[in-house]
Amino acid sequence: MDTAALAERFQARIDADERIEPKDWMPDAYRRTLIRQMSQHAHSEIVGMLPEGNWITRAPTLKRKAILMAKVQDEGGHGAYLYGATETLGVTRDALIEELLAGAARYSSIFNYPTPTWADIGAIGWLVDGAAIMNQIPLCRCSYGPYARAMVRICKEESFHQRQGYDIMLALARGTDAQRRMAQEALDRWWWPALMMFGPPDADSKHSAQSMRWRIKRFSNDELRRRFIEFTVPQAEYLGLAVPQGEIDWSEFEQVLAGHGPCNRERIAARRRAHESGRWVREAALAWADKQRSKRREAV
Amino acid sequence: MTSSNDWPLYEVFIRARGGLDHKHVGSIHATDERMALEHARDVYTRRQEGVSIWVVRSSAIVASDPSDAEAFFEPARDKVYRHPTFYDIPDEVKTL
Ligand SMILES: [Fe+2]
Ligand SMILES: [Fe+2]
Repeated sequence: MDTAALAERFQARIDADERIEPKDWMPDAYRRTLIRQMSQHAHSEIVGMLPEGNWITRAPTLKRKAILMAKVQDEGGHGAYLYGATETLGVTRDALIEELLAGAARYSSIFNYPTPTWADIGAIGWLVDGAAIMNQIPLCRCSYGPYARAMVRICKEESFHQRQGYDIMLALARGTDAQRRMAQEALDRWWWPALMMFGPPDADSKHSAQSMRWRIKRFSNDELRRRFIEFTVPQAEYLGLAVPQGEIDWSEFEQVLAGHGPCNRERIAARRRAHESGRWVREAALAWADKQRSKRREAV
Repeated sequence: MTSSNDWPLYEVFIRARGGLDHKHVGSIHATDERMALEHARDVYTRRQEGVSIWVVRSSAIVASDPSDAEAFFEPARDKVYRHPTFYDIPDEVKTL
């Protein structure tokens, strides 16, 4: 069959809501789009551990510390699921991580913001994981099977993330004046970056139309953003916090994406450091396993 | 293929409860079988999602080719008599 016929049959399968599996024929552009989107998603989970990791040793109680560790560990797991799903497209995790460390790969702009207070941990769980859930639920039905299945597993875990964040905000909202102020300032800091997580306005979103046709994406950026606002505003009201008024500053989004956010350098530097300090462990584990295998061969 | 410093890839299968089959859940990198089991436990069963795990080197899996699927599964298509609905049994005959 020639490429045009294969492409036509591929689109027909997508239109019939069938799932595409790793060994099925797929257009190169579909594969490239998925590798880009899924690896960016995996990187976001991993880099996303850093702003919250900042508070693990300083969590206000042992209970909060255990919860935060479990949450950050989940994010590491999400990264692992997603790298694994991306590898089904014929790339290696190693190569993807190299790209991230070289500064050649993107991850969600939200993780380039700092977490100066404990309330930021509440705001991240509530707003950032909340926005992530809004983006991720439709991905559970995306046309690429391994991505959709990974997303089902991730979405099951996300609800805890959002609720523990809101629980932190609740405790602060019911606390002293200083605690309420801290909660309000965290909301002020995270509101706009959280809204930017849905991507540029529909009119400026260059990949959207094709991704919709491939059913990688099912709702537009603006549609998901509108829905997130609709759900979140009453939650803020319940906390007695004021949602910031105004417009999204898209030039800030561009700046952060271009590498000029408050923590871009710090994040990549932290990942590089972790990767380099873990190198001897990875090499030693591999060498040990090889040695055991050859010992076993000799014993036979 | 995997680059030299990448750990080998294993596919992970989990039995959610006694009485169910093991089901493929994803993959994991590890240096050997034992580490693959432990990493699979840490990554895929943080909330008691399983009572048993299988891991197998991804390179050891033999799979049918989707582009041959039609020819490969074709022989079963015209054997409709393998299904109970193929047979017309009079209504008077019960429990059959
Ligand atoms: Fe996550
Ligand atoms: Fe999360």
